[in-house]
Amino acid sequence: MELSLATRTVDEHTVLEVGGEVDVYTAPRLRERLVELVDSGVRNVVVDLGGVEFLDSTGLGVLVGAMKRLRVANGRFSLVCSKEALLKIFRITALDQVFPIFPTIEAATRDSDGSATS
Amino acid sequence: MATVRLSFSPAPVHVRTARLVGVAVARRAGVAEELLDEVRLAIGEACTRAVALHNQYGLADLVTVEMSDSDAYSVRVIDHAPIEASVGLTKLPPDELADESLTDEALTTGVGFALLAGFVDDLQVRPVDDGPGTEVRMVWPVQRR
Repeated sequence: MELSLATRTVDEHTVLEVGGEVDVYTAPRLRERLVELVDSGVRNVVVDLGGVEFLDSTGLGVLVGAMKRLRVANGRFSLVCSKEALLKIFRITALDQVFPIFPTIEAATRDSDGSATS
Repeated sequence: MATVRLSFSPAPVHVRTARLVGVAVARRAGVAEELLDEVRLAIGEACTRAVALHNQYGLADLVTVEMSDSDAYSVRVIDHAPIEASVGLTKLPPDELADESLTDEALTTGVGFALLAGFVDDLQVRPVDDGPGTEVRMVWPVQRR
């Protein structure tokens, strides 16, 4: 399945819903969208991985890049993910210690400082 | 014994095809259903690495994926980049992953190798026999029916 990207606003957070496969071919589109968001002034970004069927190292690299970009801009970046297959990828790469990861959008947007799981 | 060999030009768009073929052959070979996600990810990572190396060195040579189910399911992903390019495939500690000085390429390479090492119990990375290049060999058990 191709990559799908949709943006919506929840309170003061911008939620980017990602679906399909995030790999070496599609990750540049995800990077582009995240850069656009930050460049347009968005500072609270929640990436919802609920619709993601496949995620590889290129996709993980894009997520880390977005987090760094937001950190420089004093913004907040968090992930929503409850799929065990994806959570295992974050654990194996130790990126679960880098990203705030929430099970639901509600939990991610309720968290005021974006670091509840760190 | 059935062997499937797939060669593709080093373009990101073809990595998905390699993943799909690799999983289809794995399923046919009798790899347990619960391992197929890991097979998909590992073949993808090995192919992504090969494509990145070929692009880095400006090589138009095809990347080759060989799948065999002689007694276990083995997959070999073969690139033709200089051997020294393979050096530095190490897992990055968490405090370095978000380090500002780490380039996206270095991060992706480190994370990719962490995924390969984490998901494949039987993993070998070695020089190819003829000419420059590296072979990433991954093996998974099969259930005979």
